[in-house]
Amino acid sequence: MAGSNNIKITPPRWLLAELTYACPLQCPYCSNPIDYANYQSELDTEDWKRVLTQARKMGAVQLGFSGGEPLTRKDLVELVKHARDLGYYSNLITSGYGLTEEKIIQLKEAGLDHIQVSIQASTQELNDHIAGTTSFQTKKEVAHLVKKHGYPMVLCVVIHRENIHQMPEILAMAEELGADYLELANTQYYGWAHVNRDLLLPTKEQFEHAEATAQAFKEKVAGKMKIYYVVPDLYEDRPKACMNGWGTTFLTIAPDGVALPCHSARDLPGLDCPNVKDYSIEQIWNDSKAFNFFRGFEWMQEPCKSCDEKEKDFGGCRCQAYLLTGDMTNTDPVCSKSPKHGVIQEAIDSAKASTESTNEKPLIFRNSKNSKILSKTE
Amino acid sequence: MTINPDQLIKFSPMHRLQWEDAQQKDVILYPEGMVELNQSSAEILKLCDGTRKLAQIVSDLEEKFSTSGLTNDIIAFLEVALKNGWIQQH
Repeated sequence: MAGSNNIKITPPRWLLAELTYACPLQCPYCSNPIDYANYQSELDTEDWKRVLTQARKMGAVQLGFSGGEPLTRKDLVELVKHARDLGYYSNLITSGYGLTEEKIIQLKEAGLDHIQVSIQASTQELNDHIAGTTSFQTKKEVAHLVKKHGYPMVLCVVIHRENIHQMPEILAMAEELGADYLELANTQYYGWAHVNRDLLLPTKEQFEHAEATAQAFKEKVAGKMKIYYVVPDLYEDRPKACMNGWGTTFLTIAPDGVALPCHSARDLPGLDCPNVKDYSIEQIWNDSKAFNFFRGFEWMQEPCKSCDEKEKDFGGCRCQAYLLTGDMTNTDPVCSKSPKHGVIQEAIDSAKASTESTNEKPLIFRNSKNSKILSKTE
Repeated sequence: MTINPDQLIKFSPMHRLQWEDAQQKDVILYPEGMVELNQSSAEILKLCDGTRKLAQIVSDLEEKFSTSGLTNDIIAFLEVALKNGWIQQH
């Protein structure tokens, strides 16, 4: 087995519970797998409780309830209660769609620690277009209710070419809504975002302009609002330290119970990701092929293998290496030392050409129909 | 940001301070993040419960650890804590 050579295994700290792939929104950069519609089965309440208990026992403490839209699960309050009893810090990662004041109170009483609401843009028109659902007003109301009931309010805005020009208005909206934290997440090009990359990837000039605006705002609101800025890695020259290293910190459980070292790992070939219905979290984390595959440095090829920065970035992202070079053991091509680094410039050029094209193809929205069509053509 | 000696010091309701068995450490938890604390930092924060001002936190800790001269170290840490939003003064 790759990576099984006496590597000290650290326990999981972060558990991402993707409760469901069902979602009323259709964001074209969704991180769910393209073929999500093929995975219909969902873990039941007892399965999730067992997973939470086992992961907590190993040391997981931060817990994200995500999806899809986690509010579509009828047992969400029960799972939040179970998580609180175990001592997790629980984060609800939601579109806000369907979040009533009554539900906000129930979740608070059950012990939910914080709610992260996503907003797609600073205007109703663009928000509703990107979300594929009329949701802007609801989201703003939810943000107010989250504050009213004493939760730390985290606003998450995914940034891409269609909304990057709204950066000043997005920042003003976060301030007006009283966000305690603002996550400005430059789109990461996996899953649906990979399919739509030509239409979503901004130019370097757009990025730099937006980043300078966000940086100035960060200084202005220091002490009042914290800004998490997720960098656009295609414009970096060193890769991100993806997942803080494979199988070191993060554990994702997909709706059907498949355990993943990162939420995109489902797309990697040959990992045989295990299911929590068949194995305990301890077995999965310590012994499975998937979680050991990229632990340590033995799996690396050059230029990573002899690189003095490998302990800093772990060779970057395995999913990006696979999507852009076809080999998941390659250096993340974001790295300027990668012999395949040229594919990044090709992606940037291709996106730029698409802005100049007279017949720009439309965005492919994330929904079951498109999922079925795309998974057949893959 | 400086600590006002005349005001009570309270741990932020937006954060949670808890003992983690797996790590054998106290930690501060907040949205999508965690800070691991050393023992002295944790002891200071546990006294930030909204009933004490700076001088009392210092004297309680000096008494607990049978020592003196902790004022400057405690102020330095509390200023970091205030800047990070872990504690509040009203």
